[in-house]
Amino acid sequence: MDIHEYQAKELLHQFGVEKPPGALAYSPEQAAYRSRELGGDKWVVKAQVHAGGRGKAGGVKVCATDSEIQTACKEMFGQKIVTHQTGQEGKGIYRVYVENAVAIAKEFYLGLVLDRSTQRVMIVCSAEGGMEIEEIAANQPDSIIRASVEPAVGLREFQCRDIAFALGLKPSTISSFVRTLTGCYQAFRDLDATMVEINPLVETKDGRILALDAKMTFDDNALFRHPQISELRDKSQEDPRECRAADRGLSYVGLEGNIGCIVNGAGLAMATMDTIKLAGGEPANFLDIGGGATPERVAKAFRLVMSDESVEAVLVNIFAGINRCDWVAEGVVKALTDNPVNVPVIVRLSGTNVEEGQKILEQSGLPVIKADSLREAADFAVDAWKSANMEAKS
Amino acid sequence: MSILLDQSTRVIVQGITGKMARFHTREMLDYGTNVVGGVVPGRGGEVVEGVPVFDTVEAAVNNTGAEASLVFVPPPFAADSIMEAANCGIRYCVCITDGIPAQDMIVVKRYMFRFAKENRMMLTGPNCAGTISPGKAMIGIMPGHIYQQGNVGIVGRSGTLGYEAAAQLKQLGLGVSTSVGIGGDPINGASFKDILVHFEEDDDTDLICMIGEIGGPQEAEAAEFLRDNVTKPVVAYVAGLTAPKGKTMGHAGAIISAFGESAAEKVEILSQAGVTVAQHPAEIGSTIAGLLAA
Repeated sequence: MDIHEYQAKELLHQFGVEKPPGALAYSPEQAAYRSRELGGDKWVVKAQVHAGGRGKAGGVKVCATDSEIQTACKEMFGQKIVTHQTGQEGKGIYRVYVENAVAIAKEFYLGLVLDRSTQRVMIVCSAEGGMEIEEIAANQPDSIIRASVEPAVGLREFQCRDIAFALGLKPSTISSFVRTLTGCYQAFRDLDATMVEINPLVETKDGRILALDAKMTFDDNALFRHPQISELRDKSQEDPRECRAADRGLSYVGLEGNIGCIVNGAGLAMATMDTIKLAGGEPANFLDIGGGATPERVAKAFRLVMSDESVEAVLVNIFAGINRCDWVAEGVVKALTDNPVNVPVIVRLSGTNVEEGQKILEQSGLPVIKADSLREAADFAVDAWKSANMEAKS
Repeated sequence: MSILLDQSTRVIVQGITGKMARFHTREMLDYGTNVVGGVVPGRGGEVVEGVPVFDTVEAAVNNTGAEASLVFVPPPFAADSIMEAANCGIRYCVCITDGIPAQDMIVVKRYMFRFAKENRMMLTGPNCAGTISPGKAMIGIMPGHIYQQGNVGIVGRSGTLGYEAAAQLKQLGLGVSTSVGIGGDPINGASFKDILVHFEEDDDTDLICMIGEIGGPQEAEAAEFLRDNVTKPVVAYVAGLTAPKGKTMGHAGAIISAFGESAAEKVEILSQAGVTVAQHPAEIGSTIAGLLAA
C-alpha cells in the first residue's frame, strides 16, 4: 500500500526525520491561507499523488505570492497527472501540500528497500540527489552506496557514519544525518514498510538535513497489525476495479485486452494470460481467486471480470489443489444463472473433485465451452472471441 | 531415491486442528505420508485424523521422532511456528501459509542462520503448495493423483503451474522424482539454487524442470549456478510474459521492479546459461519429453 508524501513526512518526523514546515490543502484558497499560516516568503506547492516524477509533469510549483499559489493550485486541482509511474490514465489531484521553500546546498538520494538477493533491508544512497534512482543507476552507478542491515541488531550508527562520509557530508551535519537514517530504518521496521525513499534529502545552506520529498510503501501482509497505517489508504489513487477486487479477497489487475480470465494460483494466472497472447488474443485482466475459493467467491470473481466493458469472452482455468472443482463449477453456474452474460464462457477444470465439477456444469445446461487442457482452453477462448466478434460485425 | 522426503519421513502438522489442515492431513495420510502427529498450543492430548496432537513441537519431536513439519498456521503466527520447528531439530519444514509479513520472514531467516550448517533446517515456502515424492509421500496441499512416479525433478515458485507441468508429463507417460514448491513470497526459505543442488545429487532425477515467474533475482542466480555446477539437462518456463511492470501479480513476490526481473529478461538469462526454455506453458511436458528422448 502506498501513501502520500505529506503522510510519509509526518510518519517519518515522528521517528526524528526533519522536514520543512508544511501543511495540506484541499482548495486553492485553503492553500493560500496555509501559506500565510506557515509564514515565509517562498513556498513550494506540491500535488499529492501516489507517483514519482511529479516535478517534470507539472505537479510541483515554486510560488512567491498568494496569487501565484492560487494559480498553481487551479492548474493542479481536478487534473490528472501522468508520469512514468502512473500509466496512461494518470492519477487525479485532490490534495496539495504547501511547504516553505528552503535554500539548498546539496541534494542526496536516500532509499531503504527489501533486498531480495540478501533477503534483508538494504540502504541505498547517492550524492546525485533529485534524479530517479533508475537514472542514477544508469548514469552514475559508481555514486551508489549500499549498506545491508543485520536483522538481529538493526542499523548501526557506524554504518550511517560510513555512508555520511562517503556522501561527502560536512562534519557538522554528520550527527543529524545519522539521526535521519536511523529514524528511517526505525520507521521501516516498526511500521512494516517495504520501501522508504527520500529524494531529495538535502543539506541546507544553514547546515540542516531535511527531507524535501518522502515516499513510503507498506507490506499489505502486515497491515493487520498497523490499523493507523491502513487508515491512510487513499482509494482515489488506486484502480477502482482493483480496489473492489481487494475488498472481496481477490487479487485482480486490469489490463488492456478483451478476454477475461478467472484462474486459481498466481503462476497459473500469469501463464493463462501468456497462453492467450500466444494464441493470438489479449488478456483483459489478471485474476487469482486464491485457495479454498467458495462458490460465492467464484461468482463474485465472475461479476468483477464482467464489470469490465471490454470483456468479450471469459476463460475460467482451474487446476485445483487446495481448491475444489465442484465449488468452482457451482460458482460459475450461480454467476451465469443470476446474471446471464452474452459472451462465450470457456471452462477448464483439473485436479481435486474434477468429475463432480464437470457433472455440475453439464447438468446446468448452460452454454459453457468445455476445455481439457491449458492450450485447448486458450485456443477455444481466442476462437470463440474471434467468431463472436465477427458475428457482431456482420 | 527422491529428495527431501519419502515414505519413511516422520511428519508433523503445525496447526493441525484447523479445517483446511485436517482435510489435508487426511489427504496426506491417504497418500501414504507418515504423519506422526500435530502441534497446536493448548490442544495437546487430542487426536485428529488418528494422529496425536501435542502442545509444542518439542513434545511432538520427543514423542514421535518427527523430522519434518508442515506449517498450516495463520499468517500472524506462522513465522513463530517456523522458528519453533527450527529450534526443535526439525530437518525439513514446509510452510503453506500465504500472507506472512516480509519482515517476519527476515527474522525467520536470521534465526535459522543461528544454527550450524549441518543442523540447519531446510525451509520451503512460505506461500507454496508443498513437496511431493510421487508414490512415496507428500507434504502439502497438492492433488496427489496427478503425479506419476518418474525421473523428472520439478522446482517452482507457483503451486498450480507445478501441477500443470506434472499433469502434462503424466499425459506423456512421464513421471516425477520429487516436485518442490518454493513459494511466491519475496522473502522465502530455499531458493531455486538450494533445491537444484539436491536434484543434481539425486540418482533418481535425470532432468530438472524449473518453473519461474516475474520478480526477484532468484532465476538469474539459479542460471549462474546451473551454468557452472549442474550437469543434468534443465527445462525452464517463466510465467508473466504479459505482466505489466510495477504491478503485483497475485504472489507478493511477483512484481517487476528492477532490471532483469521481467519474464523476457529471465528467459534470456536462462537460455544463455544453456537451459532449454519452453516458450509456451502448454509445452513444458513436450519439451521435457523431447530432451529425455534425445
